[in-house]
Amino acid sequence: MHTLDTSDLSKLIACPSCDALYSEVRPGHGRRAVCERCHTVLISPRRNAGLQVIALSTAAVILVIGATIFPFLQINVAGMSNSATVLDAAMAFAGGPLLALSLAVTALIVLLPLIRLLLILYVLTPIVFDRPPARRAKRAFRMAEQLKPWSMAEIFALGCAVSLIKVADLARIEFGPAFWMFLGLVVIIVVQDAFICRWSVWKSLEERRRP
Amino acid sequence: MVGMEVAGRTSAPLTARQAGLVGCQRCARVWPMGTVRCGRCGSRLVSRDRNSLQRVWAWWIAGVICYIPANLYPMLRTRTLFQSQEDTIIAGAIELFTHGAPFVAIIVLIASVAIPLAKFAAIAVLALGVRQGSRIPAGRRHIVYEIVEYIGRWSMIDVFVVAILSSLVQLNVVASINPGPASLAFALSVIFTMLSAQSFDSRMIWDHIEPDQKGPAA
Repeated sequence: MHTLDTSDLSKLIACPSCDALYSEVRPGHGRRAVCERCHTVLISPRRNAGLQVIALSTAAVILVIGATIFPFLQINVAGMSNSATVLDAAMAFAGGPLLALSLAVTALIVLLPLIRLLLILYVLTPIVFDRPPARRAKRAFRMAEQLKPWSMAEIFALGCAVSLIKVADLARIEFGPAFWMFLGLVVIIVVQDAFICRWSVWKSLEERRRP
Repeated sequence: MVGMEVAGRTSAPLTARQAGLVGCQRCARVWPMGTVRCGRCGSRLVSRDRNSLQRVWAWWIAGVICYIPANLYPMLRTRTLFQSQEDTIIAGAIELFTHGAPFVAIIVLIASVAIPLAKFAAIAVLALGVRQGSRIPAGRRHIVYEIVEYIGRWSMIDVFVVAILSSLVQLNVVASINPGPASLAFALSVIFTMLSAQSFDSRMIWDHIEPDQKGPAA
């Protein structure tokens, strides 16, 4: 029954989630090739995806930096007020034994998202502008992929909303500029993630070797 | 959406392993069995990571252990003008309930209690299913795996809320909120559970139903 041509392995693709083997069929732009068995998206090319991802990643880098500097929430109680920036939040655990948590939170909401975005820019920019791949591009893209579950900027944005509900009856809360930046970041990261076709990136890294 | 061209339209498609090949889990490139590193992306190649189950259980146990103090110790220390109190996750939810915010209380209970427990149960079911076979269809178990992978990181929201409240509500004598030790335990529990789910080799879910390999593929 199995009539798959295994003579040229570069023409085959194995589903990373369930190991089903397919011969590579590049779907048209805007369409997706999906594993028939477990429905994992295998290939999802888009026209100009590279340029769009670069634009979105650049915007996201600016937003992450901005969101770190400006306060995201401001509280007013009985004439007293306090505003918090992301770094304040990250350093909330800084006193005492919870210090490790401070470092982890800083990494999860600022450092890792930033590193991941920069790595994606580093890998994609030469590919999109038809240059040979950047030095150690494969390693960089692999790292960006590994960081994906650990960059949690968008989860922090939802955390702001939940905090707001929790103290709503205790005090008056106002959104700071960083809150809106985080909201923008949520949208941008979701769209950027949907636009990246990992398979296409690996394919072009393979085809265009460094001279 | 287009389905991939299937190798022989049987009930189950041919797997790379059956074809004597090993697929890269990072970039989906296929190599002859025994290749150590993927020539395209440089990832380490394993056809089926049998040791993965041990890692899954190790992280799983660590996650469960950390989840216990996360519920016993206070998550937040709230101090207002007239009173100070320490709330565990469940006590906080009960208080929200009695203070006329049952909706928020239910959300808190689902996010901090039901979802973590469901994750522990789901990973255990998946890992046991690989070793002993399962009556639950592979397709359904795969969906469970994807949900666990997707939802895992969102549990960190509780820790972030503690961080946000602690940095924001610092108003001298009027009110202040400080993190309790449970926040660290909860964060560790979430991280360990994420590592447990990441260690799981989802390809093993499908091995039992390979057409020419009936029964558990030990």
